[in-house]
Amino acid sequence: METLLQHLVNGLMLGGTYALLGIGLTLVFGIMNVVNFAHGEFYAAGAFGTYALLVKAGLPFYPSLAGAVVGGVVLGALVERTVLRPLRAESIETTMLVMIGLWILMQNLELAIWGGIPQSIPNPFSPFPIEVGPILLQPIYVFVFLSAAATIVLVHLGLAHTRWGCAMRATFMDRRTAALMGIPVDRVYTITFALGAGLSAAAGALLGPVFVVYPSMGDLASLKAFSVVIMGGLGNVAGATAAGLTLGVAESLGAGYVSSAYKDAVGFLMIILVLLVRPEGLFGRAGRIG
Amino acid sequence: MSALRPVLLAAAAVLALAVPWLAPGGYALHLAIMAALYAALALSLNLLLGYAGQLSLGHVAYFGLGAYAAALANLELGAPIWAGLAAGGALAAAAGLVIGGLAFKVRGAYFVILTVSFAEVIRLIALNWMDVTQGPLGLPGITPFGSKTSAWFAALALAAASLVACHRIVRSRTGRALVALRENEPLARSIGIDVYRHLVVASALSAGMAGVAGGIYAHHQAFMSPEVFSFGYTVTMVIMVVAGGQGTLAGPVLGAILFTLLPEWLRAAQEWRLVVYAVILLAVVVFMPKGIVPTAAAWLGRRRPAGPAAAPNAAPPAAAAEPRQ
Repeated sequence: METLLQHLVNGLMLGGTYALLGIGLTLVFGIMNVVNFAHGEFYAAGAFGTYALLVKAGLPFYPSLAGAVVGGVVLGALVERTVLRPLRAESIETTMLVMIGLWILMQNLELAIWGGIPQSIPNPFSPFPIEVGPILLQPIYVFVFLSAAATIVLVHLGLAHTRWGCAMRATFMDRRTAALMGIPVDRVYTITFALGAGLSAAAGALLGPVFVVYPSMGDLASLKAFSVVIMGGLGNVAGATAAGLTLGVAESLGAGYVSSAYKDAVGFLMIILVLLVRPEGLFGRAGRIG
Repeated sequence: MSALRPVLLAAAAVLALAVPWLAPGGYALHLAIMAALYAALALSLNLLLGYAGQLSLGHVAYFGLGAYAAALANLELGAPIWAGLAAGGALAAAAGLVIGGLAFKVRGAYFVILTVSFAEVIRLIALNWMDVTQGPLGLPGITPFGSKTSAWFAALALAAASLVACHRIVRSRTGRALVALRENEPLARSIGIDVYRHLVVASALSAGMAGVAGGIYAHHQAFMSPEVFSFGYTVTMVIMVVAGGQGTLAGPVLGAILFTLLPEWLRAAQEWRLVVYAVILLAVVVFMPKGIVPTAAAWLGRRRPAGPAAAPNAAPPAAAAEPRQ
């Protein structure tokens, strides 16, 4: 029973960042109809940004994290303006290939700049776990989870209650009608992609100090993000949140009770099952594209 | 184009047959073999991606299954090379039937993700099923081809057979149904085309070609590891098809040759090699989104190669011949 509780808590802690990754991807996917294979590279960029600011530039911990997230947002806006906007009229395959090119480009740039050796980012948290009843909590995991949760709440409030959030929701429902209503769709796209990149970078900045930082770290992040998007339903922020937590718990239970070798297969099996049984996502609201 | 085509084809055939003498060095011939295998893979992927407009990102699964089937048939049963290739093609085609049968129930981005998921699950099984695959240790000691030259002719034969097969499929009822589906699925359905069945058939055929390519690769390398399921192979195939020209027959072949040789030409750039590769890829997609072959054909002021151009005309006769389900 105690091990079960511990697995559940571990899963939730990881699931928070999965949700963060998934929300960024689901927005880009749902609003722009772009399959962003470079999503994980913004995660890696967030982690390397933190590493650069903290270790190389000597900034304190929290400003480094914030700086890395801002860097991710700027990078995302730049990519949207230079690469995606000229290809607006092209098919989903073409933009996807561009994102694959960007993925190779960003990953190998990181490899050329930082080298392939994994780097670690120091953090100010105590390495000793806190005991809460029968379970143990690592302070840094608690920080990561709380930051992820706060970011998700902010994104949700922003989408629900701000003018730009409203514009994004309108564009998701029907791009053409939104444009006819005077919504600057091009700017909505830039904001959406920058937000998605920023969320991915935030996940990278948060998990960078927990794990190690290396150029191909984005691959696994992309994969988790895709699982979360499929499970949650396209463009569904609440669904992505729930799916992120579910994936974290499922992986934790799978690793604990089945086999840790197949931990990463859990996500794929869930994708296959969900798509075959309930293609609109586990959490209601059909928003299918294609 | 039509007047030039036989001349071009004959020149390409002569050139291909002369490759072992033109590229006598072991490594140059190895690249030629890889280019021929990639041509078969890109052609088979193009059936779904180019003609049916369905982006399968799990194509490497069929390549890997074919490779493992050939390797295991050879190591466990002592099967000769040709039998291994047949086994590889058959297993991959069966997998294409099952995976296509499940995945073609959805479309668009969902289909893309579903195919990736199947491929990754198969990769993880190859990695973790130690008893059969020896996991990451791999399977050494697969019977190699008699010489690199015979490996080249096997790969060339497969590439040529794939080209002919794709040519035939594209002009068959299935091919016309695929193009009709790509152009407008609701319309294709409304005139009675059994879209799902044609897609599953195309998936099995395409997987079979990729499986034989995998078998040749296994015997060429004489060693097999789960690396063969890397997502990078799928990405390379998609790059070849899209950059070469989806929905054409010459496009994937040209793409395969170019993008097999490009990383080699870029060796001078050392650690910036893949950065330059990615920039070239981005430039090709941004400036020639239709692909090299259709863009070049348009520049020459000639018609696009026959495949997609036949689309709008092909749909109605197909429907007339197939009035009900």
